[in-house]
Amino acid sequence: MDKNKQVILALVGVVVLYIILKALIMTGVLGPYWQIILNYALIYVIGGLGLSIIYGFTGQFSLGHAAFVGIGAYSAGLFAITFSHYGAWGSLGSLVVGIVCAGVVGYLIGVPILRLKSDYLGIATLGFNFIVYDGLQNSDKLFPAMGGAQGMTGVPQFQTFEWYFVAAVLVVILARNFVFSTHGRACTAIRENETAANVVGVSPARTKIMAFTIGCALAGLAGALYCHNYPYLNPDSFSFLESINYLIVVVLGGLGSLAGTVITAVGWAFLLELLRLVLGPFYAFRGVIYALILIVVIIVRSQGIFGGMEAPFLVPQIGRRKPRAIVGS
Amino acid sequence: MAIFIQQIVNGLQLGLVYALIALGYTMVYGIIKLINFAHGDVFMVGAFVGFFGYTVTKLPWPVALVIAMVTCAAIGVLNERLVYRPLRYAAKISALISAIGASFFLEYFCSLNFIFGPNYISVTLPLKVITWIIDGVRITNVQVIILVTVVVFLTLLQLLIFRTKLGAAMRTVSFDHDAARLMGVDVDKTISFTFAVGSGLAGIGGVLFGFAYPEIWTFLGVMTGLKAFIAAVLGGIGLIPGAVLGALIMGQVEIMTAAYVSSQARDAVAFAILIIVLLIRPSGILGRNEPEKI
Repeated sequence: MDKNKQVILALVGVVVLYIILKALIMTGVLGPYWQIILNYALIYVIGGLGLSIIYGFTGQFSLGHAAFVGIGAYSAGLFAITFSHYGAWGSLGSLVVGIVCAGVVGYLIGVPILRLKSDYLGIATLGFNFIVYDGLQNSDKLFPAMGGAQGMTGVPQFQTFEWYFVAAVLVVILARNFVFSTHGRACTAIRENETAANVVGVSPARTKIMAFTIGCALAGLAGALYCHNYPYLNPDSFSFLESINYLIVVVLGGLGSLAGTVITAVGWAFLLELLRLVLGPFYAFRGVIYALILIVVIIVRSQGIFGGMEAPFLVPQIGRRKPRAIVGS
Repeated sequence: MAIFIQQIVNGLQLGLVYALIALGYTMVYGIIKLINFAHGDVFMVGAFVGFFGYTVTKLPWPVALVIAMVTCAAIGVLNERLVYRPLRYAAKISALISAIGASFFLEYFCSLNFIFGPNYISVTLPLKVITWIIDGVRITNVQVIILVTVVVFLTLLQLLIFRTKLGAAMRTVSFDHDAARLMGVDVDKTISFTFAVGSGLAGIGGVLFGFAYPEIWTFLGVMTGLKAFIAAVLGGIGLIPGAVLGALIMGQVEIMTAAYVSSQARDAVAFAILIIVLLIRPSGILGRNEPEKI
């Protein structure tokens, strides 16, 4: 019965959260500007969970996550522009296109480079980020609609935040189910000790490629949603610095904590905007304060803010071993 | 043919500047296995301090070079003391994040109006540029100065590492912290010293960069630093000859791509080569691939 109770509680929680957010939007507390930030935060949640699966749960260091977000954003944007006359179906299709493109590229690039380990893997993915960035800068030579360095415009925009909310909730459920599945356990085993995992029959290559592909596909979804949130797409939004942002979200949230990633992603997206609001005339200090917050937080809690913690409803009841009397329930 | 040789000379100039930065990355990585993301920004500070030294305070440029070197060494040591040391025995990724934080801090702090300002500054060279033309290949005195400075400091570095007690300490610590401590080496002091040397070299690199490419700004260190780091990895990170070799290759690749392929693709080609080299030799060109012990 425990399990059903958990599902019901989680569902109630999601609905309550939705009602609160919707009420804030309806009453105008969250204006159009903050709504875009909220959408952005939810996009961060999705992309962050992708990196969390790659790095937090499988231990594969990726410094190029924004490249996959960019691939998702541009492919989805191109699709949405081409099929804009189909309305919402075109947009929905563009999300699928974003996921598939980023996932396929992730798979193709993952097969060779996942042989590398730790820092070297990070550097290779970082290099891939630069290659994609240069590619996007020159994308107008292949697809004029992509605009290259001038940026891409004309992607139909989502006016409602439901798209983002539903996508984020679905991704959280997906990530949770994946992490606690057989495959997710295999990923954690790889992270803890590759050799030991191999000895007990987990194929490191297959598991790593699977986790990487899923993480990249989620990044693609984040990108696809991103291109519907901002009327102007620029390769600079998918540079190496953006990859660093995703890494910060996952590490500050605590490696191997889904709830940590979600909360930190939302917090990080809002922090940057709050600083803009609070500092006002001292806006130039934004970067300095942001850097200091980053340094202080990581020194005070080196395992991440929510390291080693998990929201109760994200842990399946079966996995928990509470000592209790065996009584028919 | 003359054009080709000219490109080699240009590539050499870029490669030598990269080498000075790459050395700092490789030394720090060798000793504490940390990608010191803030190193590129220390290099940027060097470029600015040197520039203000020989323009605002009108010092002769070699003096400005030394001042830049000392300033950078001080920043490197402070950085290590305040930001990295508290995390030395935490997970590696935590130290990496704090390094990224330090990097952002230096960039944005230096961009403030009362520090260096956020704009591009064109460097007025402190010396008259003399150009020699040999068989159609142009060589400037700036290039000669860069070559001589790099060779001198590389020799000094080799002497420091292989002929002095401090150098022996550095090599010991990079091998094993605990064993070094048992042998009576002051690990903390040695690491600080490594940061000082690496950052000092980056400071020189910054000043020379200002000579060679006379336009500087506070985010200069991001791309230049990354490429120098990539060069260190290409050669085999942790190895000093590897850093120099990687930097020279990187310089040539970038200039040759810009000259013969497309100047927009220079980063992409450089990184593609890096990925290919890493796939063939996972520890870099000179690095030894040690089998994993169980």
